[in-house]
Amino acid sequence: MTTDPDIVVIGGGNAALCAAIEAAEAGARVRILEAAPKPYRGGNSRHTRNFRCMHHGPLGPLVDSYTEEEYFADLMKVTGGETDEDLARLAIRASEDCLPWMESHGVRFQPSLSGTLSLARTNAFFLGGGKGLVNAYYRTAEALGVEVLYEAEVTHLEREDDRITWLDYTHEGQSHRLSPKSVVVAAGGFQADTDWLARAWGPAAKNFLIRGTPYNRGVVLADLLDQGVEQVGDPTQCHAVAIDGRAPKFDGGIVTRLDCVPFSIVVNKEAERFYDEGEDVWPKRYAIWGRLVAAQPDQVGYVIIDSKSLKLFMPSVFPPIEADTLEELAGKMGLPPDKLRATVEGFNAACGDTSGFHPTELDGVATTGLTPPKTNWARPINQPPFYGYSLRTGVTFTYLGLKVDARAQCTAGNRPVSNLWAAGETMAGSILGQGYLAGFGMTIGTVFGRIAGKEAAAHANAT
Amino acid sequence: MQTQPDLIAEARRQAEICNACRYCEGYCSVFPALHAERAFSDGDITQLANLCHNCRGCYYACQYTAPHEFDLNLPRALAEVRQDSWKALAWPRGFAALFDRAGVAIAAGLVLGFAVLFALAQAVRPTGGEGFYAYMSHGLMVAIFTPAFLLPLAALAVSLRGYWRTVEGGALRLSDIAAACRSAGRMKNLDGGHGDGCNFEDEDRFTHARRHFHQATLYGFLLCFASTSSGTILHYGFGLEAPYAWYSLPKLLGVPGGILLCLGTGGLAWLKTKADPDLGARAAWGGEMAFVLLLFAVGASGLILYAATGLAAVGWLLPLHLGTVLTLFLLTPYSKMAHGFYRMAALTRDAARKREAAA
Ligand SMILES: Cc1cc2nc3c(=O)[nH]c(=O)nc-3n(C[C@H](O)[C@H](O)[C@H](O)COP(=O)(O)OP(=O)(O)OC[C@H]3O[C@@H](n4cnc5c(N)ncnc54)[C@H](O)[C@@H]3O)c2cc1C
Ligand code: SF4
Ligand code: SF4
Repeated sequence: MTTDPDIVVIGGGNAALCAAIEAAEAGARVRILEAAPKPYRGGNSRHTRNFRCMHHGPLGPLVDSYTEEEYFADLMKVTGGETDEDLARLAIRASEDCLPWMESHGVRFQPSLSGTLSLARTNAFFLGGGKGLVNAYYRTAEALGVEVLYEAEVTHLEREDDRITWLDYTHEGQSHRLSPKSVVVAAGGFQADTDWLARAWGPAAKNFLIRGTPYNRGVVLADLLDQGVEQVGDPTQCHAVAIDGRAPKFDGGIVTRLDCVPFSIVVNKEAERFYDEGEDVWPKRYAIWGRLVAAQPDQVGYVIIDSKSLKLFMPSVFPPIEADTLEELAGKMGLPPDKLRATVEGFNAACGDTSGFHPTELDGVATTGLTPPKTNWARPINQPPFYGYSLRTGVTFTYLGLKVDARAQCTAGNRPVSNLWAAGETMAGSILGQGYLAGFGMTIGTVFGRIAGKEAAAHANAT
Repeated sequence: MQTQPDLIAEARRQAEICNACRYCEGYCSVFPALHAERAFSDGDITQLANLCHNCRGCYYACQYTAPHEFDLNLPRALAEVRQDSWKALAWPRGFAALFDRAGVAIAAGLVLGFAVLFALAQAVRPTGGEGFYAYMSHGLMVAIFTPAFLLPLAALAVSLRGYWRTVEGGALRLSDIAAACRSAGRMKNLDGGHGDGCNFEDEDRFTHARRHFHQATLYGFLLCFASTSSGTILHYGFGLEAPYAWYSLPKLLGVPGGILLCLGTGGLAWLKTKADPDLGARAAWGGEMAFVLLLFAVGASGLILYAATGLAAVGWLLPLHLGTVLTLFLLTPYSKMAHGFYRMAALTRDAARKREAAA
C-alpha cells in the first residue's frame, strides 16, 4: 500500500464491495477499510441469504414476474407507508439490472431453499449464502486492484464545510490518516453498540441479542452526525425478531430463528401468556414478537409445545428442552410449575374443534373465551413429551442513518457534501422508516453501493 | 467394529446446524439428503460422509467457521467420519489398521512385491517366450494376479454389504445404480452446483482443477484396466500373445491411459500440497498422498516399461511395474482406492432416497 488511494470505502459488506467494484471499474484507485478481521469480514451481509428483485419474466433463479407496482405495494404494506417513494422506486427498478451484474461479478444463485418456496418468485437466493457472495466480491475487487485492509476501524472523518478533508483509522494498534478525494461510508448501523441501543431503547436493550456482526458499532455514523451531516430515521427504531434465547450475544445469524410460535403458547417468566400466538403466519409475525418479548420482564419469553407439533417447523440450531410433564418442563426452564400448569390448562379448555387444523394456512382453529385469544392453530397442549424453547429479542439492524439523495450523496446544512456518499444499512433509513421486507436490505446495498461507487469515482476522476 | 462415536457426534452437531441454516443447499448432494432428515442416525451420518467429496465449498461459504463458537468445518467432520467408516467396515478386520499406515503399507508392498516378483522371475525364468514373457511366463503372472485381483474385490464386497446395512439401504435397484454411475461419470458433484468447480487449492477460489485431474485419474485408470483386460481377451479368446504392436488394442488403450493416469495423479498430488489440510481428515493426509503417488507410479512405470521394450532394463522394470500394480490391487480395500466403491454405494443409496422421496 504505497500510494494514497483516490477513494476510501469504509466497511467491508455488500454495499462497500459493490461501491468498490464500480469505482475500480471506473478507473479509480480504491482502498477498503474493514474494521473486522478477515474471518469475520463482510458485516451483516455474510449472514444474508437472498435479495429481492423486480423482474419481467423468469430471471436467473426467479420464476414468473415481479413488477415494480407489486414490489412497491409489498414494501408499503410492511412500512405502514413510512417510505420515501422516489428512492424506494429507484431501488426497485434498479434491482432487475443488479441480478445479472451480480452474476457477472462472481455471485452465484441457487433455487429457493427447501422450506422457502413462497419466495421463489420474489427473492433470489445466493449459493452458499451471503458469505459466498462476499467472498466472490472480494475476489472480483482484488482482481480489479482494490486494496483491502482488515482490522482497520475508521474513527473519524474531518468535515470542512462541504468536504471531507481527511479521515483517521486504527490498524495494528496505530492511528493512520488518509486524505482521499472521495469517501463512501458503508459501515452498517449501530446495533452492536449496546450502550447506544440502551440510550435509545432503555436499559432493557442490554438484554437484546445482536443477530449479526459485532463490528457495526456506528462509530462513523455517530462521528458524522456530530458534525452536522444530515440524519434520517428514528433512533429508537430497530428491526428486532424473536430468536432462540440460547443464541450467542453476536453473530448467531439465521440458525437461531425459531418458527414454532404459531403451534405453541408463549408465556413470560411468570408463566402467563401475553399475545395471540396464532395471529398470522410466522414470516409476517416474527418481527412483532421481537418487540413483544422485549416488553416482558427480563426481556424473555418461553415457547411451550407438545409432541404433536414438534415436526411442523424447521429444526432450529439448539434442541428443545424436553420433559414428560409440564411441571418438569417448568422446572427445567425456571418457570413457576403450578402457574404453567394453570396457564396450559386454561388454554386447553379454551380450545375447541381442531379438525380443521392446517399448519401452513390460517386455519381459524381458535380459542374461545380466552384473553389473549389464539386465533389460529389453537390445539391443546396435552401430548407428552412437552418441549420448550426460550425466546429473546434479536436485533437485526437499526434505522437511524445518514440521509442521502438519489445519487447516494450525503448532505450537511441543506448542501451536498461534495465528496461523501453512503450506501447500505447506514442510509437505509432514507428509504424505509420502519418495518422491513425480506431481501430488501441487500437490494438497497447493491443498488446504492453501485451508485455511490460510480459517483465517487466520477468525482475522484474529475479532481 | 463401530465408527467412533465422538466423530459421529461431532458431525451430527454440525449437520444439525446446517439443517437450521440450509444456505449451502445447492453445492452438492450432501445438503438435500441432510435437509430431508430431522434427526440423524449413525447410519445417516455415515451416508452423508460418503456423499461428501471434500470440495470445501461449504466451508469457505460458512458464516460459522472458527473463530465463531459454532466452529463449523463440515468438510473435515465428514472426512473424519468417512475415513473412520471405511476402517470400521474393513474386512478382514485386522487389515483396518492399514488405512492409518498407508504410507508404510505401500512402501512395504512395493519393496515386497518387487522383491518377490523379481526373485520369481529370476528363479523360474522361462526358457522361451517373447517380450515380457521372456522374463516372466504368462502362467506365472496369471497365477499371481488373479488372486491378487479377486481377493481384494471379495473383501470389498463384504465391506460394501456392511455399508449397505449401516445406511439402511433396501433392495438394490438397477435404476439407482445407473443413476449413481451417471452422476459419478460426469463427476456431477464436483462442479460445485454452479458449474464453477470446487474450492480446494486456493481458499475460496472456484476452479475445475480438482475435477479435471480426478477425471483424468479415473479415466486413465479405467483405460489401463481396459488395456489389461483386452490383452487377456486377446490372449485367451484369440490366441494372440503379447508383445502387442503399438496399434493393438492393449496399447491404444494403455498408452493414453498411462499418460492420463500420470497427469491426473500428478495434478492431484500437487493440488493436495496447496490445499488446507485442516479441512480434511488430518490423519489421512499422508496415506492419501502416498496412494496418489502409488497410482502415479503404476502409470509411470507402465509407460517406462513400454518405452524400454527390448532393453535389458526390462528385467527389473517389469517386476517393478508389476510390484506397483500388485500393491495397488492388494491395498484397494484398505486405502483411498476404496473411496470409489463407497462413493458408488453412497450415490446409489442417495438415488434410492430421491426415488422414494419423489414417490
Ligand atoms: C441474520 C441476518 C440475516 C439477514 N438476512 C438478510 C437477507 O436474507 N436478505 C437481505 O436483504 N437482508 C438480510 N439481512 C439484512 C442485511 O444483512 C443488511 O441489510 C445488509 O447486509 C447491509 O449491508 P451493508 O453493506 O450496508 O452492511 P454490512 O454488511 O453490515 O457491512 C458493514 C461493514 O462495515 C464495517 N464497519 C463498521 N464500522 C466500521 C468502521 N468504523 N470502520 C471500518 N469498517 C466498519 C463492518 O465490519 C462491516 O464489514 C440480514 C441481517 C441479519 C443480521
Ligand atoms: S456449512 Fe455453514 S453456511 Fe453451509 S449450511 Fe452449514 S451452517 Fe449453513
Ligand atoms: S465439502 Fe463439498 S461435497 Fe462436502 S459437504 Fe461441503 S459442499 Fe458438499
